[in-house]
Amino acid sequence: MTLLSLRNVTKRFSTPAGDVLAVDDVSLDVARGECVAIVGESGSGKSTIANMILGIYPPSEGEIAFDGATLPARRSLQHRRLVQLVQQNPLSSLNPRRSIAASLRLALDVHDIGARADRPALMASLLAEVGLPASHLARAPAGLSGGERQRVAIARAIACSSPLVVLDEPTSALDVLVQARVLRLLNDLRAKRGLTFVFITHDLAVVRNVADRVAVFEKGRLVELAATEALFAAPAHPYTRRLISAVPVLTQDESDLRDRFMESLNA
Amino acid sequence: MKRTLFILLSNPLSLLGVILVALVVLCAIFANVIAPFPSHAGAVVDFVNFNKPPQWPSIMGTDLVGRDIFSRILFAYRISLVLGVVVLSIAVPVGVVIGLAAGYLGGWIEYCLMRLTDVFLSVPPLVLAMSIMGVLEPTLLNGMLAVTAMWWPWYTRVVYNITRSEREEGYVLAAEVIGAGPAHVMFREILPNCVPAIVTKMTLDLGFVILIVSSLSFLGLGVQPPTPDLGSMVAEGARYLPDSWWLTVFPALAILVAVFGFNLVGDALREILGAEQ
Repeated sequence: MTLLSLRNVTKRFSTPAGDVLAVDDVSLDVARGECVAIVGESGSGKSTIANMILGIYPPSEGEIAFDGATLPARRSLQHRRLVQLVQQNPLSSLNPRRSIAASLRLALDVHDIGARADRPALMASLLAEVGLPASHLARAPAGLSGGERQRVAIARAIACSSPLVVLDEPTSALDVLVQARVLRLLNDLRAKRGLTFVFITHDLAVVRNVADRVAVFEKGRLVELAATEALFAAPAHPYTRRLISAVPVLTQDESDLRDRFMESLNA
Repeated sequence: MKRTLFILLSNPLSLLGVILVALVVLCAIFANVIAPFPSHAGAVVDFVNFNKPPQWPSIMGTDLVGRDIFSRILFAYRISLVLGVVVLSIAVPVGVVIGLAAGYLGGWIEYCLMRLTDVFLSVPPLVLAMSIMGVLEPTLLNGMLAVTAMWWPWYTRVVYNITRSEREEGYVLAAEVIGAGPAHVMFREILPNCVPAIVTKMTLDLGFVILIVSSLSFLGLGVQPPTPDLGSMVAEGARYLPDSWWLTVFPALAILVAVFGFNLVGDALREILGAEQ
């Protein structure tokens, strides 16, 4: 069943140098519970798509529908609750001058979730869900590692039970070890909560790990859309082939090493 | 907070600043206790002891009507500080709110607010204050009004610039995506990040407000006699230089001590709080 659908979405930005076509006539359906990866180089329109889904700005043409209902240009609180965001840089996505509790609480306060007295317990259970102790609530972001901050950002994104989460390169600012753990957390949450992901990334290794389908963007156009395995097995579009061939290939030793490492993580 | 205090006290220059500021503030608060002649803050004449050089019990001499200069300096500090606190407690909130609104809301609101700010900034501060005082009566209340009117745009500038850069930070986007309103984003998310800069500027400005009030009084447009004011004391004594030097030198030194002290503390705060970010 389709949760999110983009119909002929186009976005133009007017600049002093003339109009720039950031997203060009894109149609895309995302099913409930699915993880669709959006890949492409920088400047391919990935972030513009994300921003339109989040309602930061409306499309110039076309429409974005949620559960079959078209979303208006100015979104109400109910609309905001449908989709949440995990950003790339956990250093800037949490306010350095507010505690973790204050950052988490905002989502609960704005959407009036739970009784006021229950909110501290609710925040503690959200942190537990992303694998952090409740004692972190009183801390400032500066007291947390990059991976921990990203977990807090994830907890904030699931705080108001949004069915759809846009993940804007959620692991690219983290080191490899932390990356693998955060990806596993995201997969677990998706399974447990039945979340739908729009996963923006340029890291094809990450795509292989998490995505059901992949949408490849080039210069604002959707050039290829296929199931992940099929795309890696037989990339149809020349641009996709270039993208895949640009990934450094592991030697047999390296890939064995990686497999052993991933097993040790899962153990 | 503890760390800030520690660094303030461990650097000799900022320690000097803290001592000077503490001295000025204590003098102002306990003026009626410390002053040897508390009644000399008002309209008192003592023609037996007029225009005396420094001697016991008037350690800074007496003025032209025989009042103890040291006592009058203490009371002048009190008035200057009250004036400074009142001016800033009006100018800072006004300036901060306008700066936040212009920086965050953008569009035509930003355009109108910032052009208005530019208008105020483009008039030389002393000239603006003088013209306001000239049109209105030169009373203490109008003095505060005049100085306040020329002070808020500086806070607008500072807060506006910080807001413009903070607006691009991820936490602002996060709050917007959650659905928080502009009031929340401005006052709860962005404002805390402006506080260090505001506090630093306020400390520096307490010194400058004292200076500008003294300048206005020197020109006869500020605090009116017989209320003691450092600026008008310097102005009165200036005619009798160099013979009756104590009439001018001690009030001028008093201005110097206050402005210097607040500046040292402000500079130190800027470094400490700036490094924190």
